[in-house]
Amino acid sequence: MQKLKEIAVISGKGGTGKTSLVAAFATMANHPVVADCDVDAANLYLILHPENYKEGKFVSGHKAIIDYNACTHCGLCMAHCRFDAIERKVQEGFPKGKITIDDINCDGCWLCSRICPEKAITMVPEDDSRWYIGNYRNGKMVHARLSPGEENSGKLVSKVRELAKETAEAEKIDLILIDGPPGTGCSAIASLTGADKVLAVTEPTGSGLHDLKRIMELAGKFQIERCVVINKYDLNRRMTEEIKQWCSKENISVIGTIPFEPDMVHSMVHCKSITEWTPDSPISAVVKEIFERLII
Amino acid sequence: MKIAIASGKGGTGKTFVATNLFYVAVKNGRNVTLADCDAEEPNVEGFLQGKPIRKKTVSQNLAVIDPEKCVYCGKCRDWCIYNAIICLEEQQKIYLLEDLCHDCGACLVACKFDAISETERRLGTVTTSVIEEDSVLTEARADVGIYSSVPVIKAALTASGTPSLLLMDAPPGISCPFITTVAPADFVVLVTEPTPFGLNDLKLSVETLEQLGKPYGVVVNRDGLGDHKVYDWLEEKNIPLLMKIPFDREIARIYSQSLLVAAEDDSYAKQFLLLLQKIEALCKN
Ligand code: SF4
Ligand code: SF4
Ligand code: SF4
Ligand code: SF4
Repeated sequence: MQKLKEIAVISGKGGTGKTSLVAAFATMANHPVVADCDVDAANLYLILHPENYKEGKFVSGHKAIIDYNACTHCGLCMAHCRFDAIERKVQEGFPKGKITIDDINCDGCWLCSRICPEKAITMVPEDDSRWYIGNYRNGKMVHARLSPGEENSGKLVSKVRELAKETAEAEKIDLILIDGPPGTGCSAIASLTGADKVLAVTEPTGSGLHDLKRIMELAGKFQIERCVVINKYDLNRRMTEEIKQWCSKENISVIGTIPFEPDMVHSMVHCKSITEWTPDSPISAVVKEIFERLII
Repeated sequence: MKIAIASGKGGTGKTFVATNLFYVAVKNGRNVTLADCDAEEPNVEGFLQGKPIRKKTVSQNLAVIDPEKCVYCGKCRDWCIYNAIICLEEQQKIYLLEDLCHDCGACLVACKFDAISETERRLGTVTTSVIEEDSVLTEARADVGIYSSVPVIKAALTASGTPSLLLMDAPPGISCPFITTVAPADFVVLVTEPTPFGLNDLKLSVETLEQLGKPYGVVVNRDGLGDHKVYDWLEEKNIPLLMKIPFDREIARIYSQSLLVAAEDDSYAKQFLLLLQKIEALCKN
């Protein structure tokens, strides 16, 4: 077996066609593990429809809850909380005001629960997020669902990648395809660290180039081999040229340009990858070529 | 009035809607501020050129451990829920992983030997620019790779003050940066596409807003490109469809040149004004 290779596909922002491209790769590759790390807006499963055979809970953090039978409303917790999550509210029956915790602001740091003299604060786990492992028509898929408003998408991404690696090792699979999250925050970092190669999908718009620069700056920090695909390049050829020039200056190879093609959307509407939907079309030929350049 | 413009993922046209709404509001003599809260990928600035008048650095406190005073008891590590402290009792070594520190202050309280103090660490910037008299853009821009953009977003919202109309370009997704942005909103405009991906993301956003109890409505962008399921679902759930923006190469071209369609085409200016009026009417109810 060849050495396991992990390729991350990312984009500075969403909507660049990243997931459609990953779906095409996932249906072309020779039995890969696909890791959907876009846990905030997981879409890939809509095309790959995995049959999940394993599922687990993910504890994304904790939230502080006050036991009002024990609380004396002394306010010590409020003085300690740095996230402005604890307030003293005017309420009848509470001469000093009622100490309350606001869920949205609570960062789950545990400090209030550690210092409360009455031990009136408990930390309850937030475990509504889930991860799944399944089979799809051409391989294995690991994906997850982050529950609304929960933090730590970075940790969930790391969990998905860890499960993908375990699955690949157990099944003797040598390729992991990562559908990364947008942005440059902790979840984007978590989807990149330790990857062998990163492909950024961009569009020829001013903001596309701007986002590309940010995400490539990030990938550069981790010294991962970087390449770029420009999607819908014909919508703005001048910008496409500008992106190409920037890439060549930065020593990043542009491994393909894809024209705007409504079939990309049609295939998605029919829950198929582009190479499944129109296998013999020119657009599929372009996508196949990109895939070959990507996996060498 | 505070209106957040959001979408389950980026690239659906959220910034397109926000900037065009801003444009028509300004043209109609409103005192309006647009806060670009998509701090990981702020894009509004490309469409609205203004004069920067203030640039504020946003920072957090960062714990610093004094090895002279530290006795390597490990209590600070045990209290740090974010795993930012590594303490090796036997080797008498202690490290702080700066990228993981959330500025919670627990280690300071934990240490009984006064070994921990704090410095500052930069998280990003908030830039205020005047676009036209009475209309302002505040941009949250997080530094690449910080653990959370929430403090930068909060700073941008504070810097935005209380104009008569505040538009907020929300970060994509449904996690903390999104919640932080929509929390102060009186109304949320969700922008989506008529595709299975768009519908899937929309459902997640709607579920989140329902939990928060926020009023919202939907703008469908690139109408005609995908299928009809988004519309069926909106009807079934009785969710107001505020506007349909057709899929049009001309719009894509104008957008890719960083221009505003409402400034280029009068009929769009009218439609965006109508959108603003619809939102205001829904807010009053
Ligand atoms: S520190 Fe404990 S007792 Fe005091 S207000 Fe907070 S929860 Fe109540
Ligand atoms: S857990 Fe931390 S953030 Fe939450 S209320 Fe307590 S002190 Fe504040
Ligand atoms: S301030 Fe909080 S997060 Fe930072 S090192 Fe101390 S305990 Fe950890
Ligand atoms: S709690 Fe104070 S003394 Fe103990 S390991 Fe931490 S810094 Fe050192």
